[in-house]
Amino acid sequence: MFDDLNDLYQQVILDHCKRPRNFHELLQATCSAQGNNPLCGDNYKVFARVEGEVIQEMTFTGSGCCISKASGSLLTEFAKGKTRNELERMFEEVREMMTTGKVAEDVGKLAVFAGVHKYPARVKCAMLAWHAAKAALQGAGAEPVTTESEEI
Amino acid sequence: MKPGQPPPWSELRKDFPILDQSVHGKPLIYFDNAATSQKPRAVIDALVRYYERDNANVHRGIHELSMRATTAFEAARARTARFINARSADEIVWTRGTSEAINLVANTWGAKHLQPGDVILLTEAEHHSNIVPWQLLAQKTGAKIAYIPVTGDEGTLDLFTLDSLLTSQVKLLSLVHISNSMGVVNPVADLCARARQRGIVTLVDGAQSAGHKPVDVQAMGCDFFAFSGHKICGPTGIGVLYGRQEILDQLPPYQGGGEMILTVGYDKTEFKPAPHRFEAGTPDISGPIGLQAAMDYLDAIGRENIWQHDQELAHYAYEQLAALKDIRLFGPKTGRAGLVSFLLKDVHAHDVVTLADQGGVALRGGHHCTQPLMHKLGVESTARASFYFYNTREEVDRFVEVVREIQRFFAQ
Repeated sequence: MFDDLNDLYQQVILDHCKRPRNFHELLQATCSAQGNNPLCGDNYKVFARVEGEVIQEMTFTGSGCCISKASGSLLTEFAKGKTRNELERMFEEVREMMTTGKVAEDVGKLAVFAGVHKYPARVKCAMLAWHAAKAALQGAGAEPVTTESEEI
Repeated sequence: MKPGQPPPWSELRKDFPILDQSVHGKPLIYFDNAATSQKPRAVIDALVRYYERDNANVHRGIHELSMRATTAFEAARARTARFINARSADEIVWTRGTSEAINLVANTWGAKHLQPGDVILLTEAEHHSNIVPWQLLAQKTGAKIAYIPVTGDEGTLDLFTLDSLLTSQVKLLSLVHISNSMGVVNPVADLCARARQRGIVTLVDGAQSAGHKPVDVQAMGCDFFAFSGHKICGPTGIGVLYGRQEILDQLPPYQGGGEMILTVGYDKTEFKPAPHRFEAGTPDISGPIGLQAAMDYLDAIGRENIWQHDQELAHYAYEQLAALKDIRLFGPKTGRAGLVSFLLKDVHAHDVVTLADQGGVALRGGHHCTQPLMHKLGVESTARASFYFYNTREEVDRFVEVVREIQRFFAQ
């Protein structure tokens, strides 16, 4: 019955929302940031251990819908071993993909989120952990970031 | 409609052009009536007729169209008084909706009467529109807010606490008639009587009740009653504040401008009596005219009939859902209004709503503008199906099947 939804809830996404990877606090984190969409109730914290320019490890905790949780899970998998710049570049590519549906060559597994663009109301879910990760790496203040605004 | 016989529900459904469509290739099942209802042809026609034949500004004009518009506008006020059994049309103030009606009371009655240390008594199940205006007022006046607690997932009020909460500091009791997130029907007449014995002013939020069950504000014994047109088959942008005449007459204006004045000088202005004192500027004219058509339409069906139909559907849906595994249901087991809130184990409400939408079923997922209640229950959100008289048992069957499909989808 939900054939059309396979774009949004791909097997990979379902798997990651039910069994999120790196879903715990990171005691050795060098930075962290909160992503909170109070209207939805999606609320995550992203932790990273960065040495020099390299993200050695990224984890997250919190709760929210399937899309937001799977996105956090796949983000933390992707981030391991990447530089800050690489993560920031991928942030832009993922955002572009989720809003237009165009898949850049190097997004790899993250291509599963291309289907989100057909569900504009859910882009904010899929971007929440990415915004939190970006804020953590930029050493943003204590204010949680949100994607419940015009700018996604 | 034949007297003594149940209304022809499936025929009535045809009065709603919007219901005859498919979404995502499935017949539309509209179960988001607590958010807004659909509009029958009679209401749409009344709006078109007004704009095609009678449109003019009200009250000041002497020409034919202005008189027609004014007559229709004020006739709608009298019709509204009859709809809730107010004693007079002068007790009916037009607002943009329930929220503005409550804000009007907060800004006029509240600003005039509340002192530091006074208490505004609400319930834990209020919509944000019956919390936030009082918080703003409390900040301005130094009054405090207290809440009658609700009892867990059933959402009914814990009335054992009431006597201890009704202290001499309480000046206002403002509570919801039917809770939009739980479907609880509060015993408002009893609560208003208990408040009145202590000289406490009462406001009842009728957003979910006015179009669903018979409402008699005199029997209810409230001082204020608020509801919205768009939830009772009327247009968006029009709402109603009923206020008991003795109270309304003593209140200061809400906003200043045209329409609400008798004479204006550079130094001093005399205001019209209630209700026009509270209606500054050119009002929403088509709104009351559409609302009157909606009230006529609903009362031709009979709100007792609608209430019975709502409750039967809600009971049926509740029983069907309760038979599923891994589901958490909110609201009372019996006597619930026409809605069911639920959560599926390990499936977020927004995912439920997205999938249901693909099955053609319009639900709502979220906090339903009752965030404090959600936090108390330890949830972020629920999914909600809310019914009206044009919904059918077959639609409930289909909805329950869709919920099963959602469970299967996430179990894969």
